[in-house]
Amino acid sequence: MTNLIILPILIPLITGAILIFLNQRITAQRVVSTISSICTIIAAWFIIQKVRTEGVQSLNVSSWDAPFGITLVSDMFSALLVLTTSIVAFFCLIYSFKSIGHEREKYYYYAVFNFLIVGVNGAFTTGDIFNLFVFFEVMLMSSYVLLVLGGTKIQLRESIKYLLVNVISSALFVIAVAYLYSVVGTLNMAHISSRINEISVNGMPGILTVIAVMFLIVFGLKGAIFPLYFWMPGSYYAPPAPVLALFGALLTKVGVYSITRTYTLFFYHDMDTFGLLSILAILSIVFGVIGAIAYWDMKNIIIYNIIVAVGVILYGVSVMNTASISGAVYYLVHDMIIKAALFLLIGVVISITGTSNLRKISGLINRYPGLGWTFFIAALALAGIPPLSGFVGKLLIVQGGFEGESFIGAFIILMSSLLVLFSVMKIFINGFWGKDRTYGVEEKAPVKRLLIAPVMLVVISALYGIGSESILPYISQAAETLLDPNIYINAVLKE
Amino acid sequence: MEILMAFVIGILFMTATYLMLSKSLLRIIVGTGLLSHGAHLLILTMGGLKRGAAPILGGNAESYTDPLPQALILTAIVISFGVTAFFLVLAYRAYQELGTDNIEEMRGTEKDD
Repeated sequence: MTNLIILPILIPLITGAILIFLNQRITAQRVVSTISSICTIIAAWFIIQKVRTEGVQSLNVSSWDAPFGITLVSDMFSALLVLTTSIVAFFCLIYSFKSIGHEREKYYYYAVFNFLIVGVNGAFTTGDIFNLFVFFEVMLMSSYVLLVLGGTKIQLRESIKYLLVNVISSALFVIAVAYLYSVVGTLNMAHISSRINEISVNGMPGILTVIAVMFLIVFGLKGAIFPLYFWMPGSYYAPPAPVLALFGALLTKVGVYSITRTYTLFFYHDMDTFGLLSILAILSIVFGVIGAIAYWDMKNIIIYNIIVAVGVILYGVSVMNTASISGAVYYLVHDMIIKAALFLLIGVVISITGTSNLRKISGLINRYPGLGWTFFIAALALAGIPPLSGFVGKLLIVQGGFEGESFIGAFIILMSSLLVLFSVMKIFINGFWGKDRTYGVEEKAPVKRLLIAPVMLVVISALYGIGSESILPYISQAAETLLDPNIYINAVLKE
Repeated sequence: MEILMAFVIGILFMTATYLMLSKSLLRIIVGTGLLSHGAHLLILTMGGLKRGAAPILGGNAESYTDPLPQALILTAIVISFGVTAFFLVLAYRAYQELGTDNIEEMRGTEKDD
């Protein structure tokens, strides 16, 4: 038992509370949130090392024993995601300094930013299904504020839709938890898993399949899988770039994480639900790709690429063998980093041109070569060109698909890579090549300062790809825990 | 008793769905409130409605009630209370800025503000 794993939740929480009192002092806010962000990264790094050497870590909050109190659990999967979240949050923060504007900074932007990180890290770390709901709400409440902060017409309009969708999905989450509690009589995730294991000797009872599908709907709404992604392109279009990067990189991934966690831990007895998950994942890829190549707006293209990535990861989860799960974990981390980088780069382009419409932009590479080439590398990484980081993840997922004899899915992922590459190259060719234009935006954007964060993220992504040999032990440890629920259960219940 | 509760919950969900499908923003917010009421009653009912003493050690009672659904409802009520309050303020702000409370007129077509 160790208190270490609560730090990535506690540090942003305390920072957020302090920042509320500093709301008029912008410099102080920036310094405090930078320091806290770095501390969170360091804490997350130590958690990973501890999990690597000592296995799954768990913490019974207030020392109430495991099935009764709230438990926080950190296995390699959640530890990796917590570290990635902290890194992405740090760079979004750095980017915010130069782009978000004094008005928002005075209206609690940094405080709410930190509360969002509390929710995301908490959702990754918790070992209690109802506590997961609570952390979802912390995260959603902060995201409502970040989405509407600024109060322009488009933000207000889209916030209403986003809020309505999430209120309904939260109600469904509560209902699903109620059903689950009535069947198994516990809320601790490890305990639920072992109880479901006891009653599923001759296959999973029908009611649990219903619950599995309900969880798929709830988390699918947050994670934007095929029939449930309708709200995302509109809502994610509204906020400014750093908020968009945070949403695109983190919020949907919490949904993906929750699907992965509940399906590998609770519902692994019933392969039918995995079949459903696999079909929905493939359809997400297909529809996401169609959206990505159809639009002429940079933001929309990358937003639809989120849906593609969610599909790829969940397909890896649904195949459920060592290669595909390792691939899904690897690709999840890769996607968080590269999506944040791409959204921030698009933010830089918008700050130069004042528009995200590709038809109104051309020839940016003449004046901003650094921006152009960074975007090019990020685009290649997104599509999965070796040796960049997207490649290893997709390779493992496709390998897992072939081993699991799920050829159609693996084939669609390979084809989708090509179209994803096409969709981002469309941005590169139309936006960066061609004749240089002048834009009506008066003030000169501080492009060099803005570029620091996305360039660093792209460098991290490249290192993640090139150094995959040394990262793979961590990934396979995560996959091992996901494939064998007993490791998780034993770590939580028998201390 | 559980069957009666099931009907109550069903009627709440039905009303909530009807209200949320209407075009007025205020009706939609009332609908989300009713939806969360339904969900909270569902938590209470799903554990089975039991009579008994408070679950404290040493009470020597015949049977105990289950404290967990009540704890869950308390948490869920607080959260839905906060969200509803935020939603109402947001609706008012949106009404001021957009000049309408009709969802139909809030369809997004113009992309840049």
